[in-house]
Amino acid sequence: MSATPTSAEVAAPGGRRVQRATLASRVWLILGLVAVAVLAAGPLWALDSVLRTLIGFFTLLALATMWNLLAGYAGLVSIGQQAYVGLGAYGLLYFADTLGLNLFLSVLVAGLVGALVAIPTAALAFRLRGGYFAIGTWVIAEVYRLVVSNVSQLGGGSGLTLRAASEYDRTARLFATYELALAVGVGAVVVAYVLLRRRLGLALTAIRDAEASAQSLGVHVFRTKFLVYLVAAFGCSLAGAVIYLNLLRVQPEAAFSINWTAFMIFIVVIGGVGTIEGPIIGTIVFFVLQETLSGYGAWYLVLLGAVAVLVTLLARRGLWGLVADRTGWSLFPVQRRLQDLHPSEGR
Amino acid sequence: MTWVNDVVQGLLLGGLYALFATGLSLMFGVMRLVNLAHGDLSIVAAFVALAIVDTVPVNPLWTVLVVVPLMFGVGYLLQRGMLNYTLRGGDPLPPVLVTFGLSIIIQNLLLEVFSADSQGLDAGRIEDASIRISDRLAVGWFPLLTLVVGIAVLAGLQLVISRTRLGRAFRATSDDQETARLMGIDNRAVYAVATGIALATVAIAGIVLGIRTTFTPSVGPTRLIFAFEAVVIGGLGSIWGTLAGGLVLGVAQTLGAQISPGWGVLAGHLVFLAVLAFRPTGLLGRTVPA
Amino acid sequence: MLLQVERVASFYGDFQALFDVSVQVAEGETVAVIGANGAGKSTLLKTVAGLMARTTGTVAFDGRSLDGMPTHRRLGLGIAMVPEGRRIFPSLTVEENLQVGAHRSRPGPWRVRRVLEVFPALADKRGRPGSRLSGGEQQMLAIGRALMANPRLLLLDEVSLGLAPVVVKRIYETLPEIVGNGATVVLVEQDIGQALRAADRAYCLLEGRVALHGPSQGLTRQQVTDAYFGMRSA
Repeated sequence: MSATPTSAEVAAPGGRRVQRATLASRVWLILGLVAVAVLAAGPLWALDSVLRTLIGFFTLLALATMWNLLAGYAGLVSIGQQAYVGLGAYGLLYFADTLGLNLFLSVLVAGLVGALVAIPTAALAFRLRGGYFAIGTWVIAEVYRLVVSNVSQLGGGSGLTLRAASEYDRTARLFATYELALAVGVGAVVVAYVLLRRRLGLALTAIRDAEASAQSLGVHVFRTKFLVYLVAAFGCSLAGAVIYLNLLRVQPEAAFSINWTAFMIFIVVIGGVGTIEGPIIGTIVFFVLQETLSGYGAWYLVLLGAVAVLVTLLARRGLWGLVADRTGWSLFPVQRRLQDLHPSEGR
Repeated sequence: MTWVNDVVQGLLLGGLYALFATGLSLMFGVMRLVNLAHGDLSIVAAFVALAIVDTVPVNPLWTVLVVVPLMFGVGYLLQRGMLNYTLRGGDPLPPVLVTFGLSIIIQNLLLEVFSADSQGLDAGRIEDASIRISDRLAVGWFPLLTLVVGIAVLAGLQLVISRTRLGRAFRATSDDQETARLMGIDNRAVYAVATGIALATVAIAGIVLGIRTTFTPSVGPTRLIFAFEAVVIGGLGSIWGTLAGGLVLGVAQTLGAQISPGWGVLAGHLVFLAVLAFRPTGLLGRTVPA
Repeated sequence: MLLQVERVASFYGDFQALFDVSVQVAEGETVAVIGANGAGKSTLLKTVAGLMARTTGTVAFDGRSLDGMPTHRRLGLGIAMVPEGRRIFPSLTVEENLQVGAHRSRPGPWRVRRVLEVFPALADKRGRPGSRLSGGEQQMLAIGRALMANPRLLLLDEVSLGLAPVVVKRIYETLPEIVGNGATVVLVEQDIGQALRAADRAYCLLEGRVALHGPSQGLTRQQVTDAYFGMRSA
């Protein structure tokens, strides 16, 4: 098997090279690194309330990025990802409280639990396609919710509070949770980017564009989709664990609520399906809307739904799509372009 | 021998589920579109019936005469004005996104307009009347009526599909929509009629449900899930499969609830998963779920 | 002129399949369109039927421009197509396939019974689903289905594709019977000999352009070969 090139430039025959990075992306890379460094130092300069908001931001970003990976790239439109949010939350509860494992290690283990459960889940859910696959994932999420609600050890229908958290000083815990959330959010974006740069990314695009053709060319459609589903499950469970590390009170109705999916969908649709930049923009818009409209009750959700519908019908590529069309920017370049090294030579 | 009673009650419940599932199955059969707002639309019908009954004191069953044509119209316009655009290009994402968005919009609009209070439609004595069959078995009039209506609707739909010009247009468009256009069939109108019929049937289901139990703005999704499970259990591509699936689901839930009250719905889910695992084409299905 | 195709260009997305094609068909004529694979023959028929998403130029039927008219309305005007690959409806029976053909029919002599008289091989398979017919039977069904609309213009796309020569011969033998009541036919055909025998005039397409046209009896073998393969004569 030939080595997959990981550097941005690859020698191609005939005096051309394959290039991915653009000037804009290089600039943004530097800016991004600076931003991440500043954010990592958050505990030094930000108020506690700001840190809490940012925890919500980064975990939602992780969720949205994972949903985008599934739906925008692998063509798996799941409305059951809340299953993994819930599993992450209850995994945390179980390992930290019941088993007494280190609190922060439990977050990681909760993520792994989600990935493990994703294996039989995918085996069942993949028997369905399209819209029926979507509902199927929802039903499975409901099953997990009902099963968990019936386990009294985990608090049954009324839920439990994470007691292991009280072992730590409040401020220290907040800082640690924040760093964890930042890691999960940034990590999700980085993982998505790395996955899509490699052969997997090309495979996914091929599957998305023309599945049957991709299959005939040797792309392992099932295996590829399966892998992506597992990664997304891991990411969502991790995010779920961090969310409830922050919220502390875990209830099945809330942890397995369809609202998580509603938020993921809204964020990705507004930001731009099938782009890595999309979820970032979408999460920002979502938080701005949430801050300004939270007093309006159910009208806020009506607006979210209406915007999602309108964007899907009229501006299918979302906000980032509009920007990218105008400027040609690509902050997370995954497309490979053939660049002529000696443009003066004729064909 | 209470299980006989349970099975019978389950069958009667199943008739309602089959009624819910009919519209979902039709829309998928004709245009491969899964309407995630399907359940919520049944609740809309229930609320419209409630509004009528609050203004004009009639038995809720009479509201069917107004609500069903109204919902047919809503379905036609919805498909023609919005959902048809999601079907272009063969991308599976837009239909899911738009119908999901609609579901959220409907639920929250209903919540704002009607509040989260539990509502019910009062059909009077027919709700409680029952036929005594034996010492241990009594069959309620209303559930029986529901089952009969469910079977009648399905039979009617089967007749339309197999014997009428419209039905042939449905099937031809489902087989090959490009060639169907060569036959002079207007896709856009065919799809709109299909959605209209789907919403008309789900309106009946919603009103019946409103009479039988209480409803709130947020129970739509649960109805959708039951309808979906009925379709998958019975098998895609088969009208009578939808009936069979509904009946099986109803029985599974009723028997499950006997084991433990919280287990009814879960039992239904487990049967659904079992069918998905061991017989993905469903009990009477003709094609692999796709 | 019943059909007037003028300076038409047709595209599949970004790919241009027809460049500046002009074709004329008078009422009652049978015109053949021949050419190598990918020459644009089927694309031409699809353009007339209204199946091409992007097309420029004019297509006029009986003096009336068809620009922007959706496919399903063209049938009402009298244009029926037997598509490439037959495309009968697999889940419908033979009889139902024919009935669908009459979904929007014009007044005329074609009925289920008459179609079954012309294609007796289908008569005892009335109730059989379309998916269970042989290639030749499907082709006959597809033609019969198009006839059920009582069209003025019949477009036949690659009728011989994938069929045994004996079956093709039989189908072409029924063509005069079909055309007998003044229908106009445009047929796309790989089998040059069969096409020229059946048609009054022929067009040869090469890479999306008209390379040759004229009365089928008047075209020499050399002319046709040159146009078909794109040889420049010395």
